[in-house]
Amino acid sequence: MRIVVVSAGMSVPSSTRILADQLAGAAVGALHGPVEVDVVELRPLAHALADHLLTGFPSGELAEAVELVRHADAMIAVTPVFSASYSGLFKTFFDVLEPDLLSGMPVLIGATAGTARHSLVLEHALRPLFTYLHATVVPTGVFAASEDFGEPGLEARVGRAAGELATLLMGAPRRRARSVEDGFDDPTPFEDLLRGA
Amino acid sequence: MQFGIFSVGDVTTDPTTGRTPSEHERIKAQVEIAKKAEDVGLDVVAVGQHHNPPFVASSPTTTMAYIAAQTERIILSTSTTLITTTDPVRIAEDYGTLQHLTDGRMDLMLGRGNTGPVYPWFGKDIREGVNLAIENYALLHRLWREDVVSWEGRFRTPLQGFTATPRPLDGVPPFVWHGSIRTPEIAEQAAYYGDGFFSNHIFWPASHTRQMVALYRRRFEHYGHGTADQAIVGLGGQFFMRKSSQDAVREFRPYFDNAPVYGHGPSLEDFTSQTPLTVGSPQEVLERTLGFREYVGDYQRQLFLVDHAGLPLQTVLEQLDLLGEILPDLRAGFAEGRPAHVPEAPTHGSLVAAAGGPHDTTLHAVDDVTGVSV
Repeated sequence: MRIVVVSAGMSVPSSTRILADQLAGAAVGALHGPVEVDVVELRPLAHALADHLLTGFPSGELAEAVELVRHADAMIAVTPVFSASYSGLFKTFFDVLEPDLLSGMPVLIGATAGTARHSLVLEHALRPLFTYLHATVVPTGVFAASEDFGEPGLEARVGRAAGELATLLMGAPRRRARSVEDGFDDPTPFEDLLRGA
Repeated sequence: MQFGIFSVGDVTTDPTTGRTPSEHERIKAQVEIAKKAEDVGLDVVAVGQHHNPPFVASSPTTTMAYIAAQTERIILSTSTTLITTTDPVRIAEDYGTLQHLTDGRMDLMLGRGNTGPVYPWFGKDIREGVNLAIENYALLHRLWREDVVSWEGRFRTPLQGFTATPRPLDGVPPFVWHGSIRTPEIAEQAAYYGDGFFSNHIFWPASHTRQMVALYRRRFEHYGHGTADQAIVGLGGQFFMRKSSQDAVREFRPYFDNAPVYGHGPSLEDFTSQTPLTVGSPQEVLERTLGFREYVGDYQRQLFLVDHAGLPLQTVLEQLDLLGEILPDLRAGFAEGRPAHVPEAPTHGSLVAAAGGPHDTTLHAVDDVTGVSV
């Protein structure tokens, strides 16, 4: 079982990464059997992401991050709130992923902000994004304002969300969409392409 | 092995002077560059097709015919002929005429190469790009091989008893390459027909080119055209040369930084390490190019992009001189260790020979009352 954690935190330490680690830890605890957790920090990929927007291909560590996503069974995605939404860096990562890479993947969403007034960002920004990407979004998302850290309510929400992610992972196997990569390994026979045209 | 150049015919401001050439200059420059390519010993010159500014290459066969009239030996090709938005009947007629005018000194490379807004101008939809390439080529393939075609498809008005004229020179249709950056369906299409496959190569990392070519080779064998290493492969390439690497980098950097496709993105150093772009001495370009076959196998056609990004005509001509200087070493290097069963790129001559000699396939009209040829 592999979980990829995507964190768009900007500082070290960042409250976004702290929340991401709490969610990952709780998910590992909720799952039976071995779980491998890979963390993708987006800040070091900022240049590569801008390059990808222009060249159309991922370079270096960004290519490695995309492969981690490709081979993951589930994702935990956490962003700070910038100007009432996910950060541009966070969005760019999902903009450059191949279509359908997240199709059918259980995704646990989280966000952090300086004030609780942003708490609905999960519902009006993150959830529609991952729904569009055909991910299976965990019902409970976890929002943490500065004042939530250390409060028992946050821990409870983290536990509930992680439990829901584990339930999704232990349920029916994920149905992956056909990807560009599949087109190389198992090409559509030309007769079928001709019929499709 | 064939060596040549390809261009998309862009009108781009020279970032070092701020000067933008006129369309007239650029169209004439294409001809100068092609003549120079023949002079330095290259085998192929390919022109683009686009239907929007900043490109001047909206009418490739016109340009190709004019170049052919002023050259003697170099093969005219395209990079690419838009199979998505160009009526396959027009392609059959235009390139069929060109084949006769050039005595077979031509071929063509089909590509989808269009941005979204272009498609509706031709009554098409970019979301159907792959399907257009497949259906349109299936028709083109028949028009060049069957004297009378009745056909119905999704994207064009049906044909009843249609004959594309002129019929192919010597009874042999022009050789077709299918170009793609990263669409497995196009590699599959090229393999199915036993046509050539050209990997753009220059915009993406080598690992992707390796993957595309490997798929094409595997499927070429699957469809019974020969062994995988006999498939007909072409690659793009891109360089800027000066006698010293430092001079090459210094001179090319502003063009790279402002280039239409990748400009304002990765650094020159990053892009040269990530893609086949080589900016340096002739020796560096030679060695890098000879390395391409390590990941695609022995191949048939190598085209370089040299005319782009606002480079002055004089600079482009100098680049061709430098390419001409390393050409003998490129030929010798690629010939080394090349197995005898790996074919050369098909030419009109080789295709005619394979067909058992030339056949005139002119279709004379018949009076439908008397049955007499008219």
